[in-house]
Amino acid sequence: MPLIETRDVNFAYTDKMVLNNISVSIHEGEIVTLLGPNGSGKSTLLKLFMGLIRPHSGIVRLNGRDIAVIPQKELARQIAYVPQVHKSAFPYTVLDIILMGRMPHKTFFFRYSREDIRIARSAMEKLSIAHLSGRPYTEISGGERQLTLIARALVQGSSIFVMDEPASGLDYGNQLRLLEQITILSKEGYTFIKSTHSPEHALWIADRAVMIRGGEIIADGHCGNVVNSEMLFRLYNTKVNIVKLNGSLRVCIPDAFHPGLVPGPAAYDPPDTNAEGPTGALTAKREEKLRVMR
Amino acid sequence: MQESEAMGGNVVGKRVKKDFVPMKTGLVISSLAASLLLAVLVSLMFGKYPIGVGDICSFFLWKIFNARVSLSVDREVLENILLNIRLPRIVAAMFVGASLSISGASFQAMFINPLVSPGILGVLAGASFGAALAMVFSKSWIVVQSSCFIFGFIAVMISMGVARLYKGNTVLLLILGGVISGALFTSLLSIVKYLADPYNQLPAIVYWLMGGLTLVDLGTLKNTAIPVIAGIALIVSLSGYLNVLSMGDEEARTMGVPVERIRFILIVMATMLSAITVVLAGMVGWVGLIIPHMARMIVGPDNRVLIPVSALTGALYLILVDDVSRLAFTTEIPLGIITSLIGIPFFAAVLKRANRGWS
Repeated sequence: MPLIETRDVNFAYTDKMVLNNISVSIHEGEIVTLLGPNGSGKSTLLKLFMGLIRPHSGIVRLNGRDIAVIPQKELARQIAYVPQVHKSAFPYTVLDIILMGRMPHKTFFFRYSREDIRIARSAMEKLSIAHLSGRPYTEISGGERQLTLIARALVQGSSIFVMDEPASGLDYGNQLRLLEQITILSKEGYTFIKSTHSPEHALWIADRAVMIRGGEIIADGHCGNVVNSEMLFRLYNTKVNIVKLNGSLRVCIPDAFHPGLVPGPAAYDPPDTNAEGPTGALTAKREEKLRVMR
Repeated sequence: MQESEAMGGNVVGKRVKKDFVPMKTGLVISSLAASLLLAVLVSLMFGKYPIGVGDICSFFLWKIFNARVSLSVDREVLENILLNIRLPRIVAAMFVGASLSISGASFQAMFINPLVSPGILGVLAGASFGAALAMVFSKSWIVVQSSCFIFGFIAVMISMGVARLYKGNTVLLLILGGVISGALFTSLLSIVKYLADPYNQLPAIVYWLMGGLTLVDLGTLKNTAIPVIAGIALIVSLSGYLNVLSMGDEEARTMGVPVERIRFILIVMATMLSAITVVLAGMVGWVGLIIPHMARMIVGPDNRVLIPVSALTGALYLILVDDVSRLAFTTEIPLGIITSLIGIPFFAAVLKRANRGWS
């Protein structure tokens, strides 16, 4: 049984179809990366996984149970959200922020106990940010903030981490450290569902890539199989070489800068006539569907 | 992975910005409580008829423990001045200060906006209109208090509604929403003033709106004590949620917080507290904005500490301001005028600090 799955999920914001017949199953310990252009519906799908929005049709299941019937607190103990690094309007200390993750374990009128603080401290130690405990969240670096948010997700006690473009707003080094941290946690059994704008991040750490364009899944499979020149062209409408190094590691080299310089398979060259065809048909189909949903 | 960051952390850690070093919470709270007690005592002493510390202590010993004491002043005179005139006024000042500060601090956290307060969100204007309207048409205490609360609540809803209508900088939009809702109720208030009887009702409304505690008596206090204390207690006990709410709705929800329900309770409580201050003292502006900022400078932003500290600081601040209002000059200056004169420059200073949260 998949840990979390969507079955034939449709979702629309007032009059704009965002997700169309999405079915994805995610298993324990997987790192699943959502790839897709801006506005393709990645964030919406992540929100569906977290139960923040309800599908208009179809179902989202966690351990086989409809997510709509799971109480909010119980859900929070199983799925944690690691948002993009953000500013906080108030300079809470790192410890204050991490303690918030204990909320799903608290009663209506609550106080944080010694146990909560101990859990928060051990999460900080695990991510080597114990020294930041008393520092204001507004004054630490982007990388440190991201780790703080991951620590908060850890103390929530959930095993599924949902991350919406976690690398955005991080410098190059911190992006790589973030990926490293995700692989470490994944080996401990945590499941990651994350979206990214960088196909390389999927190639480097993800088991699976789910490619979304215009609210539909156009590919879902092992990264090595689906993240290729052809699919990247379909997603982003730009030519990219995927180069294999040492047999297994893959990197993306945009064709625009080094046409033909890189040895290996040539960048995907799309057949011109076909490019517009399926998209047009797709749009008509969705118009029809929207009408039915209304 | 954190080698470089850890080093950076240690270097910077030694010189963390001074106003972010939270003092020991227990120490702050106990010294505030002690100052509050001292302020109450001093305020009991001074007035048109000064009374010595000895007499005050002896009087209360007699009153509470029925102890045999000797007084240098007639008991009935003391009883009248202390229990019927000064104490109600002092307690009212504490209620007003604590209520406005707590409601300001809660609004700031739940709207993720360090620039809002009951005044800026239009609550005070709405409540004033509600109270004036009720005063013109009814003499019933319950009617005045309810109308005050209802229009205060409508005012917050208008501010929130305006802020949600448009996309953009939510911090500024909420303030603009407050400007709109405040302006609306100020003009509605003008209509009530225009309709009011110019010999009795109009001057009463005008003086009362300037903000002051002159009219407070034991009866008013008895009517407001329960909602004020209950409101403060409820907000203090829910203060842990304010931290989470200030991370944004989606994050709060993914941490298992029933955002709508908690925020509704908090808005109702904060609005009720602000509305009651209008009933007690008219429009006392700026307290709800500046006290939470002062408190944040002392103990940091954690609402579990900030909320009670704001209440104590606000109570202390309003006792002191009220002392100035009644003692500094031969005639009394309305309280609201002094709080505005102090608050406005403070707000200008806060604007500079607050812009870190704008984007």
